[in-house]
Amino acid sequence: MNFQAIKVIYQFEMLRMWRTLFQSVFSPILSTSLYFIVFGAAIGSRIQSIDGIAYAAFIVPGLIMLMLLTQSVTNAAFGIFFPKFTGAIYEVLSAPLSFFEIVLGYVGAAATKSILLGVVILTTARLFVSFEIAHPMWMIVFLVLTGITFSLFGFLIGIWADNFEKLQLVPLLVITPLTFLGGSFYSINMLPPFWQTVTLFNPVLYLVSGFRWSFYEVADVSVGISLSVIFLFLCLCLFGVWWVFKTGYKIKT
Amino acid sequence: MQSLISISDLSKTYASGFVALKNVNLDIRKGEILALLGPNGAGKTTLISIICGLVNPTSGTVRVDGHDIIKDFRKTRAMIGLVPQELTTEVFASVFTTMVYSRGLFGKKPSPQYIEKILRALSLWDKKDSPINELSGGMKRRVLIGKALAHEPKILFLDEPTAGVDVELRKDMWTLIRQLQTDGVTIILTTHYIEEAEEIADRVGIINHGEIIVIEETSELMRKLGKKQLILELHKKLESLPADFDIPNLEASADGMQLIYTYDIHMDRTGITALLSRLSEKGIRFRDLDTKQSSLEDIFVTLVGNNQS
Repeated sequence: MNFQAIKVIYQFEMLRMWRTLFQSVFSPILSTSLYFIVFGAAIGSRIQSIDGIAYAAFIVPGLIMLMLLTQSVTNAAFGIFFPKFTGAIYEVLSAPLSFFEIVLGYVGAAATKSILLGVVILTTARLFVSFEIAHPMWMIVFLVLTGITFSLFGFLIGIWADNFEKLQLVPLLVITPLTFLGGSFYSINMLPPFWQTVTLFNPVLYLVSGFRWSFYEVADVSVGISLSVIFLFLCLCLFGVWWVFKTGYKIKT
Repeated sequence: MQSLISISDLSKTYASGFVALKNVNLDIRKGEILALLGPNGAGKTTLISIICGLVNPTSGTVRVDGHDIIKDFRKTRAMIGLVPQELTTEVFASVFTTMVYSRGLFGKKPSPQYIEKILRALSLWDKKDSPINELSGGMKRRVLIGKALAHEPKILFLDEPTAGVDVELRKDMWTLIRQLQTDGVTIILTTHYIEEAEEIADRVGIINHGEIIVIEETSELMRKLGKKQLILELHKKLESLPADFDIPNLEASADGMQLIYTYDIHMDRTGITALLSRLSEKGIRFRDLDTKQSSLEDIFVTLVGNNQS
């Protein structure tokens, strides 16, 4: 195992976050704060509580999940896309590194960034609303698993994308709509029966539901199913990454 | 001399159907400077990319210091440094950071002293904190060389190292390459500049259409394939050679002020004495003479030309 290489890839990627601190950290905090002001304070004050939880508090897990998913995907995708774009990837591919080590470096850094951001947003949320976390350990499990899984997914997008447009395509056109429609801002019980059934096909629902359960012990679907869905998606992403390195898809000729 | 890299029956056909290498067999010796010459698309970069692990071969094997490049990729790649043809570096990282990164990628523990030594050798020490995108093209080229040397490789591949580089930097690079050879590094470079190969390479390999046409000691290649010319500056303009002047390989220049005689220096009789006596007999006088060895470029053009026809 080339630990030195994993370490330098990880450090190099983390360094990029500090170089682009405003874009990486401050802008997600700002947008989350805006969500709290608009949905929590302005609109939320006129909405009744959901499942006995004040609306502003109800949306906290969903908002963290929204940021966690988009940031994991974006960070990991950009992390591998950029060296591909500049051509600097040659160095990683010619180094004595296995695909596992490369993924560990890049995905580890992307997941760390998004999890850190999740924690920062959680802290920011606490400034706006009062809430308790019923199962902090489970909250961390959901946070970490989701961060890793979606960083792997982002890594695959970064490998697949051969231009900046494709790089933005999935986070903007897939992740964001799925998160909005996955019960981040409402309980699916509020939907008509037909749309409730449709929403069950949205994988993000299971992430948001499980995460919200760890806060308030209320969930749209059972926690076991939520965890199973995350594991399933994690396995799919791992398989995808393994296949990319096995075949050299878009990185080796 | 001991072989460090052994290439056997190596072939590469790209997905597009383009055959880049055809059954290449080559042994690269420990400690030598080998120059690979060839026109664009001849297969030079593909060959290097396979050895470095950037391109998968279609068939054949490559062994580096006895280790297979696929089965024992960790051992082989740790020994190799690669300077790519394009200026492909990180953009925003500082010079020093990118060097630390390169060293770590190859599994070496950090050594700020070693990195300082390389940066000083490459005249980059005063730029160590500069972001790479603020450097000139020549400096970026030096950074790439530094990155390739950061993990103290035993083998260095330089793909077109002096393409687009000014004369001064090119000379600096030649000095550096010679120094690396003295330090025991085996160097393989591809180049378009034939005089470069002639100047610094111990051996020259010529690739065309994915095949190695010739691989030979530079001096031996020059000796075997190089011709020499004797140029005689005449006193008076010569309208044409006398009719009974039956000396082969002799021709007059277009302005009639020179006679050019091409000969093989390895023949027992070069024919120079006979030529000079005949000129004296005919009263053709010359005021100066010069000899010229054909360059590697002439040899290259001849070989590639023969290979294409």
